[in-house]
Amino acid sequence: MMAVAEAIAPPRSNSRRVVRRVFRNPLALTGLAVLAIGVVLAVFANWLAPHDPTQTHLSNAFAPPGTAGYLLGTDDLGRDVLSRIMFGLRASLHVGLLAVAFSLVIGVPLGLIAGYFRTVDALISRFTDLVLAFPFLILAVGLAAIRGASLGNAAIAIGIAQIPGMIRIVRSETLRLKSLDFVAAAIVEGASDAWVLGRHILPNAGSAVIVQATVGIPAAILGEAVLSFLGLGIQPPAPSLGTMLADAQQFASRAPWAAVMPGVAIMLLTLAFNIVGDSLRDALDPKASRR
Amino acid sequence: MTVSTNGSTNGQVLAVKDLSVTFRTEDGRVSAVDNVSFDVADGEVLAVVGESGCGKSVTAMSIAGLLPRTATVGGSVRLDGTELIGADKRTLRSIRGREVAYIFQEPTTSLNPVFTVGHQISEVLRTHIGLNRQAAEARAIELLKLVGIPSAERRISDYPHQLSGGMRQRVMIAMAVACDPKVLIADEPTTALDVTIQAGILDVLRGLRERLGTSIVLITHDLGVVADLADRVAVMYAGRVVETAEVHEIFARPQHPYTVGLLGASPAAGRHAETHRLSEIPGLVPVLSEQPDACTFADRCSRAGETCTTSQPELTAGVHRVACWHPVREAVEV
Amino acid sequence: MRRYLLNRLWQSLVTLVLATIVVFVGVRALPGDPALALAGEDRDPESLRAIRQQYGLDQSWLVQFWQFVSHAARGDLGQSIRTGAPVRSMILSALPVTIELSVLAILIAGVIGVGAGVVAAVRRGGPAEWAANALALLGLSVPHFWLGLMAILYLSVALGLFPASGFVPFFTNPVDNLHHLILPALILGTGLAAVIMRQTRSSMLDALSADYIRTAEAKGLPPKAVIGKHALRNSLIVVVTIVGLQLGALISGAVVTERIFALPGFGKLTVDAVFQRDYPVIQAVVLVTATAYIVINLLVDLLYSVIDPRIRVRGEA
Repeated sequence: MMAVAEAIAPPRSNSRRVVRRVFRNPLALTGLAVLAIGVVLAVFANWLAPHDPTQTHLSNAFAPPGTAGYLLGTDDLGRDVLSRIMFGLRASLHVGLLAVAFSLVIGVPLGLIAGYFRTVDALISRFTDLVLAFPFLILAVGLAAIRGASLGNAAIAIGIAQIPGMIRIVRSETLRLKSLDFVAAAIVEGASDAWVLGRHILPNAGSAVIVQATVGIPAAILGEAVLSFLGLGIQPPAPSLGTMLADAQQFASRAPWAAVMPGVAIMLLTLAFNIVGDSLRDALDPKASRR
Repeated sequence: MTVSTNGSTNGQVLAVKDLSVTFRTEDGRVSAVDNVSFDVADGEVLAVVGESGCGKSVTAMSIAGLLPRTATVGGSVRLDGTELIGADKRTLRSIRGREVAYIFQEPTTSLNPVFTVGHQISEVLRTHIGLNRQAAEARAIELLKLVGIPSAERRISDYPHQLSGGMRQRVMIAMAVACDPKVLIADEPTTALDVTIQAGILDVLRGLRERLGTSIVLITHDLGVVADLADRVAVMYAGRVVETAEVHEIFARPQHPYTVGLLGASPAAGRHAETHRLSEIPGLVPVLSEQPDACTFADRCSRAGETCTTSQPELTAGVHRVACWHPVREAVEV
Repeated sequence: MRRYLLNRLWQSLVTLVLATIVVFVGVRALPGDPALALAGEDRDPESLRAIRQQYGLDQSWLVQFWQFVSHAARGDLGQSIRTGAPVRSMILSALPVTIELSVLAILIAGVIGVGAGVVAAVRRGGPAEWAANALALLGLSVPHFWLGLMAILYLSVALGLFPASGFVPFFTNPVDNLHHLILPALILGTGLAAVIMRQTRSSMLDALSADYIRTAEAKGLPPKAVIGKHALRNSLIVVVTIVGLQLGALISGAVVTERIFALPGFGKLTVDAVFQRDYPVIQAVVLVTATAYIVINLLVDLLYSVIDPRIRVRGEA
C-alpha cells in the first residue's frame, strides 16, 4: 500500500558508516577514551575508590596531592579528593542522562506534534517561549523550594530547561521532512498520521535528535555542577563535583588542589562529551564533514 | 555594423592563448579546460557555446582569476596587452569590475540580499573611480536608466528582493558596466529568466555594445541567444574549442559533427536518432585526462574513424576553424 | 512591518501573562506558611491573623492575584516580607549591577566570538582555525563558575591584578567600577563567546560560498569589504538569533557569577529571596526577569529587521 512512499524514501544514514567515520577521527577516539575512563570510574567507584568519600580524617586535613594514600590530596575535613571526584562523576553522569532522557520523553512527541499538526503549533510554541522566558536557574530554585533540593529534582529542572531546544529541533526536522516527496506520497496514499510520524518522520529525524541529546548531556552536567554549587542539588555529605567546588571555595587559598581538581574533572568529562557529540554530528551530516 | 567582426585583426582587446585549468580534487587532478585559445576584438560579441560541464564557465572565471584556490591555471590571458595569468592579487583586483566585468546566471543569488541595489552599484564606483557617496549615487541612477529600469531614482533604495528577476539582472548589468569595462563577461545571462524577459535583457546588452563599444564574451548553451547577439562563435566540447567561426557561418555551414549535433540538424538521413540523443543527454562530456591522444568527441561521433581514437585533432587555421579529422563538408538543412 | 511588530507584541504579551500566572501559582505552591515565618516566636492566632491581613494573605488567590497585577501595573511591587523594604527599590538597586555585568559580558563575547569565528572561517584548514575551534570547545566545556574561582585564586589573590569581590557603582568611580566588573564579565562571557564563535564560523562558511560573494569578488572589492562587509553582514543574522536564544543561559550564569564575585546584583536577590520564601520578592524578580527576556527578544527581532531588509518587507506585504 505504501509502495511509492517506501520506494522514494531516502536511505537513512548507514549506522556502520557513521561508526567507522567516528572511529577514524583521532580526536573523537580520544574523547571516547576519556569518556570511557570517566564512566568506568563512576560506575565502579565503590570498588575503585581508595577511600570512603564521606569518611573524615581531621588529622589528614589539607594533605597536598601526592601525599601517601591521597593521590589528589584531601580537603578541609581530610576527605580524599580522588574518591570524592569518582563519586562526584557518578552524580554528574546520573543527572546528565536523567535530564536528557526527561527532555527526550517530553520534547520529541511535542516537537513531532507541533511540526505535523499546524493547529497546535502555536500553542506549543507559546509553551516553549514560556519555558525559555524562565531562566533555568529560577526554575531549578523554585523546584528545589517546592520539592526539596535533591539530585533528582535538579535533573528534572535541567530536563525541563532542555525541552524547548528539543522541541525546536524536532519541530523543524518534522516541517522539513513533511515537505519532502516521500512523506507527501505516504500522506496521499492514505497512511494514518501515526504511521507517517512513526515510520517516516521520526526515523529520519533521528540523527538530529541524537546530536541534540549528545549536546544536552554535557550541558546538563554543567547545570548540575551549578545547582550543587549553589546548594540546590545533591545534599551533603554526598559528594558532587559542584558541592566540592562550593566547599573548596572557602579554603581555596589554603588547599587550591581541592578547588582545581573537581573543576578539571568536570571539564574533561564535558569536553569528552562535546568532542564525541561534534564528531557524531559531522559523521551523520555529510555536508558538515566536508567542512 | 561598424565594428570589425574579424577575430584576426589587430584590434584585439582580449587574447586567450593555450589556457589550461586543472582542479585538485579528492580523486586527484581533474582537467577542466585544455589549451583553449580565442581572441575578442574591440566591440565584438564572442559567444562561447557548449553543454554544461564543457568548461565554458571555468574559462570565463579564469580570465580575471575568479577560480577557487583548488584550481591551477596555465597559458596566457592578455587584456590590452597586460598579462592576467599569474598577475598578483592587487593587479587582478584593480582590473576586476573596472576593465573586466561579469554578469552571472542567477541574479537572485548573485546580488547581496542585505544591501540596496544603489549601494551595490555605488560600491564599484567608489572602489575603482574613487567617487564620493553623492557622485556615486547619481551615477548609479544614470546606470539604472541606461539598463532600462523605470523610476531609477526610487529604485536605487530598493533591496534585491523587492525587484523582479529581470530587474535584478538589469541591476547586475548596471553594476558590471559601471566603470565602462573593456570586456563584459556574461555567463548564461538569460538562462534563469522567463522567456518573455530574456529578450529585454538581450536588448540591453546589444544597446550597451552599440553605445559603449564594450566587447562581450557571452557564455551560453542557448543557440537562440547566440543568433540574436553574437558576432562570432566558439564551440567548446570537453574543455577544448572544437570549432570557431562567424555566427552566420556556424549556422549555415557547421563543420564539426558536435556543432552539427548542437544545432539539432541532421547532416545525412538516417542519423536523426543519433544526433537527437546527443543533444538530449547531459553529463556525457568525458573527463579530459582519460583521453590524451584522441578526439574527445570520438565516442559519441557518428563519423569517427580510426584516426579519431589515436590522435587529437588541432584547430585548422583561417577564419572558420575546426578541430576534426572528418569535418562535415556537405550543406546542412537548418 | 507594523503588522509583524503588532503580532510579535501580541505574542509577547500572551507569554508575559502566562508567565505571571505561573509565577503566582508557583510561589503559592511553595511549602511553608510565610505568616508563620514572619511571626517568629510570637505565634498566637491573633498576631498571625494580623500578619495575614497586613500582607493580604487572608484573601482568596484570585483577589491576591488581581491585587498583585494591578499594583505591579502601577510600578508597586509590594514589600519584602522579610525586611519590609519596598521590593521596587530592592530591584532598582540590584538591576544596574546585573545589567552592566550582562552587557559587558555580551560585548566581550561578541567581540571575541565574532572575531574568532571570522578568522576560523577565512583561514579554513589552517592553524588559526584549529586554535579557534579548540578554544570554542574548551569554552563550551569549562564550568564558568569554576573558571571564576580559578581567576579569583590565581589572578586576584595570588597576583593581585583584580579585586576578588565587591562592586563600585559606575557613577561613583567608573574606573574602579570597570576594574571590579571586567573579570566577572569575562568569565560570564566565555560560554557565550564559544557559542557565538561556532555560529559565526559556520554561517561565515555558508556566506563565503554564496553567489553574491563571487559577485563582490568579480567587482574587484578588497578582501576587507568582501569578508568584513558582504559575508559578515549576512552571517550576523544567524548570530543575532543565537545570542537571543542564549539570554536565558546568560541570566542564569549571571546569578552564579554574582555569587562567586559577591556582586550585589539581581542574581543574589533571587537566590536569597527563594531561600527565605520572600513571596513578593520572588514574584517581582521572576516577573522582571520574564519581562526582560521577552522585551530583549523583541529587540532582537527588531535588530533582525535592521540587519536583514527582507524581514522588513515581509511585514509590509
